[in-house]
Amino acid sequence: MTQPILAVEEITKRFGGLYAVREASLTVEVGHITAVIGPNGAGKTTLFALIAGFLAPDHGRILFGNDDITGQPAHRLARQGIARTFQIVQPFAGLSVLENIAVGAHLHFARRAEALAAAEEVAKLVGLEKVLNQSAATLTLAGRKRLELARALATSPKLLLLDEVLAGLNPSEIRDMLPVIRAIRERGVTLLMIEHVMQAVMSLAEQIYVLVEGHVIAQGTPSEVAVNPQVIEAYLGRGAAARLAGGVHA
Amino acid sequence: MNRGGFLPIVVVVAALACVPLAVHSDLVLNFLVTALLLTLAGQGWNVLGGYGGQYSFGHAAFFGTGAYTTAILQTRYGLNAWPAFALAITAGATMGAAIGALTFPSGLRGSYFALVTLAFAEVLRILASVAPVTGAGVGILIRLDPGLHALQFSSRAVSYWFILSLVATALVATRLIERSRFGAWLVAVREGEAAARALGVDPTRVKLTAMTVSAAFTAAAGCFYVQHFLFIDAPIAYGPWISVEALLASIIGGVGTAFGPLLGALMVKTLGEAAKLITGDAPGLDLMLYGLVLILVVGIAPRGVAGIGVRCRTWLARRHIRAGGSTA
Amino acid sequence: MQLSILFPAIVNGILNGALYALVALGLTLVYGVLHIINFAHGALLTAALFAAFYLYLIFGLDPYIALLILTPAFFVVGYVLQRFVIGPFSHGDDSNTLLVTLGLAVIIENGLLFAFRGDTRTVDLSYSFAVVPFAGMFISVPRLVGFGGAVAVAALLWLLLTLTDTGKAIRAVAKEKLGAQLSGIDVPHIYALTFGLGAACVAVAACLLIPTYYVNPHVGNAFVLVAFTTVVLGGMGSIPGALIGGLFVGLIESLCGLYLGESLGQIGIFLMFILVLLFRPSGLLGARA
Repeated sequence: MTQPILAVEEITKRFGGLYAVREASLTVEVGHITAVIGPNGAGKTTLFALIAGFLAPDHGRILFGNDDITGQPAHRLARQGIARTFQIVQPFAGLSVLENIAVGAHLHFARRAEALAAAEEVAKLVGLEKVLNQSAATLTLAGRKRLELARALATSPKLLLLDEVLAGLNPSEIRDMLPVIRAIRERGVTLLMIEHVMQAVMSLAEQIYVLVEGHVIAQGTPSEVAVNPQVIEAYLGRGAAARLAGGVHA
Repeated sequence: MNRGGFLPIVVVVAALACVPLAVHSDLVLNFLVTALLLTLAGQGWNVLGGYGGQYSFGHAAFFGTGAYTTAILQTRYGLNAWPAFALAITAGATMGAAIGALTFPSGLRGSYFALVTLAFAEVLRILASVAPVTGAGVGILIRLDPGLHALQFSSRAVSYWFILSLVATALVATRLIERSRFGAWLVAVREGEAAARALGVDPTRVKLTAMTVSAAFTAAAGCFYVQHFLFIDAPIAYGPWISVEALLASIIGGVGTAFGPLLGALMVKTLGEAAKLITGDAPGLDLMLYGLVLILVVGIAPRGVAGIGVRCRTWLARRHIRAGGSTA
Repeated sequence: MQLSILFPAIVNGILNGALYALVALGLTLVYGVLHIINFAHGALLTAALFAAFYLYLIFGLDPYIALLILTPAFFVVGYVLQRFVIGPFSHGDDSNTLLVTLGLAVIIENGLLFAFRGDTRTVDLSYSFAVVPFAGMFISVPRLVGFGGAVAVAALLWLLLTLTDTGKAIRAVAKEKLGAQLSGIDVPHIYALTFGLGAACVAVAACLLIPTYYVNPHVGNAFVLVAFTTVVLGGMGSIPGALIGGLFVGLIESLCGLYLGESLGQIGIFLMFILVLLFRPSGLLGARA
């Protein structure tokens, strides 16, 4: 059994009296697509912020490969190979699409020409090659989502955290985005995604963790998780599992 | 970000260099010298404020440190003007690094950052107005000693060329920053600090570097002031006038562009001269007009004169997209 | 240090501090509601001082009476400035607001400089030097009045904000602007109203200051940073914080002046300002900005 690329051990984060994340643990296998799902307010984005170094946990450990990365700042983690996108996209509005991606590429390419070339290559991967010189502010939401992806990819990460990258997209845009995500995995990048769009999660993910009120209440393959009574109750309310068991398969 | 090369810089500098050959009026040359002095101070502000997005209201701290250091080194320690100049720029840069090291790790930004820089400049002003080493209320006079050895020029034209060379150096340095990784990171921090962090950019380090470079440019302006006017005191060195004018030049001319401070400084000084023509030497009118222009520029053309070109291009691109051009 | 020297310094510090608090009240109110730092606050104070001065010079109006005229007048000025200049020209951007208020400060201060030159003027009133004995020392009557005025204004503001509908609207906008808008509150109007209140506070402060203070175009600068220090120390947006902060700042200035010499009294304030900003920007009582 190969070592997991990411191991989160009993991580806890409090804000005052509120536990955003409570003794949550998960492991991500190299090359797999792992998803974190759960109702709103479950603490998923906080979990991402903890993993990516934007927040420091109050308790627990995070291991990246062999290294204990607990509490390390975001920029240092980016250099070690963890990249993330943001739930609310944050393009560098004053720059062009290419320049946006180049900021990411500059992590590994000091010279401008090389960074721009690497950026162009990444842009092709996500389908932005036609708009390289447009201002990032002029992109549609779908375009900005792709830009978020491209920027993070340009840092040549080993692990990419996608925070609701499909949120706000219409069905055809989602359909167009799925192959992009798969292509990223083909490149050898391990993906950990937060997602609400169930069709995407079910078709993409190999391993799913369900987070409710900061706790991990279930984990498994998509089919295992879909029939897990606790998961059903988390989404549909108490007693729903029993009701469903007697009725049509959801 | 600009895609400009070095050719425009060469052309502009060459054109400016030719001015004393065609114009022999001391009046005009004096005007241009003060305009270029302001340009240099503004170029400093622009690195931190324009490219970095951190608006400092206390750049006088660096102007004055450069000015006083070179004045003190020459008058108290008999050091030659040239090494004094270099050391003074270093002193200014160090002041920048010190203030930056105090403020950036605390996460201060926006209005708070502006306030803190203002406070630092004020502290320095008060200290300079009472400390014996800076001449307290009297200030420091440099002994008149025209000649290259003392970095004092009896010929207006040579003075002009000297400040022009400093401005040209800053222009080239700015362009190099624009095209470097540091520049890309600096602008990223300005546009979205959290997103930049996620891409491996260390915002504190980047801002600190920008502050140091910014302070060095403005300190150089302070040094030149001393060499040119041969006098410095606390209100001149650390007073709000230079903080406001440096900021104004960059904003009017175009924040975050290499030529912005030059354009802005010329406009600001022209405005100042026009004010003087109307009202004689009554103090205050020029700054009043500056304040008015600042408000108008912010309200109507936030990216300044240079930015108007950028806005036109963006506007045209948007029309193209709406008309059915490429989308993503 | 002998008590006979220390004690008056402390009392004077507190009395001065009350006026700093009054100036800071307007600033903290504006920050708490509009979430902007009004760089023109000091300039408005200078303008009010000049206004009070000229009302006395030309009409012989006692400053305490001029207060009744200037307070509503400056309220209007503040309202107009926010509604028609600062609000529209900033387009809601923080950096822009910074610059616009800076621009206003520069215009006002230099306008005063241009119109009235830079000489310092003072107002000499029959009671300018009146004193009352207190605990072995003499307290300046105008300063005592200033202290009372500051407390009175703070109390009035508190009453306004707590008991009146307008006050509730102001607090609503301060807490949750979008929600307030959706509830039908006219946010630009409230913003302008608040700014007007801030300017009115400054007018009161000027009238209370003028019997014992001097007037020149640069006074504003001197007060700006002191006011900011007060606000930051007491906590941005906190009215009690501004009061306590003001008293504290007055005290520090007085003590620093005592130990370091008059001209360096202000340095103590600025250094404290920098330290507070660096280590505890939320101040003693305020919300994190």
